[in-house]
Amino acid sequence: MTNVLLERLRQGNRTSRFPRKAPDFPPSYRGRPLLFPSRCTSGCRGCEEVCPTRAVHAEPLRLDLGACLFCGRCEEACPAEAIVFSPDHRLSVSKREDLMLSAEKEFSLAGALDAKMKSLLGRSLKLRQVSAGGCNACEVEVAVLGIVVYDLGRFGIQYVASPRHADGILITGPVTKNMVHALRETYAAVPPPKLVIAVGACALSGGLFANTGETLAGVPDDIRVDLFIPGCPPHPFTLLDGYLRLLGKIDQKMDKRFRDAVSSSPASR
Amino acid sequence: MAILSTPSTGIVKAFRMDNCVAVPMADIPLCHEDDFRRCVMQCHEDGARLVALFMPEPSELMAVLSADESGELAVVRAKIGNSFSSLTAELPSAQAFEREIQEAHGVRPEGHPWPKPLRRHADLEEPASPESAHSFFAVQGSGIHEVAVGPVHAGVIEPGHFRFQCAGETVLHLEIQLGYQHRGVEAALRNAAPGSRISVAESIAGDTSIGHGLAHTGAMEALAGVEPPLRAQALIGIALELERLSNHVGDLGALCNDVAFLPGAAWLGRIRGDFLNSLLDLSGNRLGRGFLCPGGIRFDPDDTCRKSILKKLNAADKDLQHVLDVVFRAPTVVSRFEQTGKLSRALADTLGLVGPAARACGCDRDVRRDHPSGIFRFAQIPVTVNDAGDVMARAFTRAVETRRSMRFLREQLELLPPGPIAVTMPALLPDHFVVSLTEGWRGEIVHMAMTDSRGALVFYKVVDPSFHNWLGLAMAMRGQLISDFPLCNKSFNLSYAGHDL
Repeated sequence: MTNVLLERLRQGNRTSRFPRKAPDFPPSYRGRPLLFPSRCTSGCRGCEEVCPTRAVHAEPLRLDLGACLFCGRCEEACPAEAIVFSPDHRLSVSKREDLMLSAEKEFSLAGALDAKMKSLLGRSLKLRQVSAGGCNACEVEVAVLGIVVYDLGRFGIQYVASPRHADGILITGPVTKNMVHALRETYAAVPPPKLVIAVGACALSGGLFANTGETLAGVPDDIRVDLFIPGCPPHPFTLLDGYLRLLGKIDQKMDKRFRDAVSSSPASR
Repeated sequence: MAILSTPSTGIVKAFRMDNCVAVPMADIPLCHEDDFRRCVMQCHEDGARLVALFMPEPSELMAVLSADESGELAVVRAKIGNSFSSLTAELPSAQAFEREIQEAHGVRPEGHPWPKPLRRHADLEEPASPESAHSFFAVQGSGIHEVAVGPVHAGVIEPGHFRFQCAGETVLHLEIQLGYQHRGVEAALRNAAPGSRISVAESIAGDTSIGHGLAHTGAMEALAGVEPPLRAQALIGIALELERLSNHVGDLGALCNDVAFLPGAAWLGRIRGDFLNSLLDLSGNRLGRGFLCPGGIRFDPDDTCRKSILKKLNAADKDLQHVLDVVFRAPTVVSRFEQTGKLSRALADTLGLVGPAARACGCDRDVRRDHPSGIFRFAQIPVTVNDAGDVMARAFTRAVETRRSMRFLREQLELLPPGPIAVTMPALLPDHFVVSLTEGWRGEIVHMAMTDSRGALVFYKVVDPSFHNWLGLAMAMRGQLISDFPLCNKSFNLSYAGHDL
């Protein structure tokens, strides 16, 4: 017992100060891609050709963040730096179409729930996770938020065992034909009003498995999604940022701090 | 060379292959089905283990076996019709492969004791009638009850269905029904553009992105007749061991959680992040996605990155040793881990288990030593074998493996060879076949590929270590208390997506 307590002292406090402090990312990190179509060489379709999920459209330059794997191959293939991955971890949106990136449109981050829903939830959010063909990449990053570094519990958010105890479901995976029934049953078992969070390229668009014939290419239309979090898988801070936006817990001051961190980061190119 | 000698009962010999060396398909002799069976069984009697059994082409059956001690692979192939005589009764490690063949090709393994669909392609909306192919093995008798769990489980975990036959609290039998995660991985791999295949391979099992990625690039490089430069080989080895560390440490934490030793769970969960963040430093993704490409790697770490990883590792190592010391001394941990979910060495061999789950039963097998490729030909990591076969052995095997991987990582990071990080990939050789093995953190990952006369990929087969090991978990539960299932399950920590493909 004494050695447990001594070790507890030695380990110290390891919880990050997010969202009050912006997260640190190494230069290698690929966050939200930025598009600069004016730099494009006409006729070059390098980015489009190398994209494993056809998320990039060369002319006019568009990128579907919902299908993006953040592999960086388009950036690598581009001779003119028309696509640049920034270190911005903020990727969550409220509407699927907001994930269609273009140079003309400002990226619109997810807004908070309406006042009624917020008051119903109070200071807690309980989620039931359903993996519907997920490869366990999104699942491990969703689960990792429980560790002391992210400490999901301090925001009143918890993953629960039963849909009956949940305020909503969090879906990962391309929704395989073999899982769609269980997914719909789980969704139906959550008492209304209920939230749906879709996580990862597979859940948002089918990702690499959109056309295999074994999946529904993402969350089906009869399950209305409230929050889309792209990535393959999303970084834990991207996930946390998404959950907190939904609950209105990211204020303007925090957002400014994140923006400043992005522009001063060694990863900004 | 035992497996290559003429089997005493027949004239057909197994064809010898090496890991990650492509051979012309025409060189692999095509034999009669009876000889196939005799040859496979002879190899097995000589000590070889079934690595894969599959149909590379319609009406063709192929078996790959590994003689771990001599480091050889043996391949046998035969022409078959609409059915073939099942090997399962004599060679139980063939059971899932034969069910897979029946499901995918409609070719019947005659005499298979449990020829049930493996991935449940049938419409799930239809309730399974007792006579249907989906019914579960049931124990009859007074006081016997059944517990059904899944596909949606209590935690943040992939879906699968577990059907327990219990007498009171004791589990008599557990049947595991998977297939919910079936996404069509092998078809996606065959059909993807050559440059995109690696992304699919990295998504076979998300927690094994490097392991499956490496098995894939190994196969493609062999088919193209190239090999990555030395610097890339070293960095690939580093990424593979970082992946092993992150998962082993994560598993040890999760095991602590399952016996309610929460300090261990909290510390180990946090330390796991140091390894994932080292992969982030290397590749820009915490699971190492995007790091590998056929021909080498995509990102060359500079000295700052190398030092940052070394610093993280040294700190994590120190923390880890302290924590493991506390964990393995805690009576609450030891009393729950010991004697729980025991598997004998004989059973592990019979089922063909791989990875730490097999090594914890005393099976001395590890692809990194038995079939080395890449950096593991030059830098060896000692194989960790334990023989108790219980949860404690599976936990302790992981703990020792983390130490050994850590030593390898330090050595490699301190003396990283200079030079290029990738070679250009030429076209794939036509009409060639390759077997590519990698020791992922769960065990042996197998990717097999075949090209046609134009050098296009016409066949691709993946075997995740979980494919062998799920039955090991089911057998480990026999005679156990049902409340120990989460603990046993975590001590194997198998992949649903990797099994379902």
